[in-house]
Amino acid sequence: MASKPRIKVGKASKAGDVIEVKTLITHVMETGFRKGSDGKLIPRNIINTFTATFGGKEVFKADLSSGVSANPYISFHFKVPGPGDLEMTWIDDKGEKVVEKVPVSVG
Amino acid sequence: MTQRFKLEVVDRRDFVVGAAAAATLAVFLGRSGTAIAQDKPPTFDEAFKKIVGDKKAEEAKVAIELPEIAENGNTVPYSVNVESPMTDADYVKTVHVLSSGNPSPTIASFHFSPMSGEAKVSSRMRLAKTQDIYAVAELSNGSMLVGKRTVKVTIGGCGG
Repeated sequence: MASKPRIKVGKASKAGDVIEVKTLITHVMETGFRKGSDGKLIPRNIINTFTATFGGKEVFKADLSSGVSANPYISFHFKVPGPGDLEMTWIDDKGEKVVEKVPVSVG
Repeated sequence: MTQRFKLEVVDRRDFVVGAAAAATLAVFLGRSGTAIAQDKPPTFDEAFKKIVGDKKAEEAKVAIELPEIAENGNTVPYSVNVESPMTDADYVKTVHVLSSGNPSPTIASFHFSPMSGEAKVSSRMRLAKTQDIYAVAELSNGSMLVGKRTVKVTIGGCGG
């Protein structure tokens, strides 16, 4: 679907700290309400789900709809239980999937 | 003279009938147009009711950050922050962001967990016109909170 997403993870100085995670991915987020030059509606194609998991547990999940801007930016918070990998997944209407793993260190 | 008068009457009747037919056709076309679009999106009231149900949503603790005037409706930055301790016993489960004036009322639903640490999320939305934005928070104990902000939009961002 898209190029590599941009992810910025805050720094945790100790376990239990809350950090901010900022994500940005390239995607048209076609609403399904627009008409093409042939007068026909362009079918909807948006990223409908974004998930962030840590150690197999869900930290944050977003169900997106056509009201989300193109190249969706999502920032959320994460209470770091310890060092590990934060795994993020984007899925669009065509079923295409982007998965990114970001290491989170403590201290 | 009489003939002329008669003609005029017929003309007017034709015009009225024609206009009525055109109006019916327009309504019909308008309806079928949205039907083709995809499953018809719910209205704002329907969407709001589906989330809140019969519960009472208290207007508190939900802060929506939005520009007062959005010049470009294509991308309007916003953030929603719900006051909560975010512990296993008491946390915000979901925040639904709803629009009262977009073609589709749902913008996004954000699901949190105690691991989120804070029930705060930032993103960017599309806005078709000047309208109210609602954020409905579902807490782990089942209660509902709601926040509302009005935003003025200079140029709508839904294409079409």
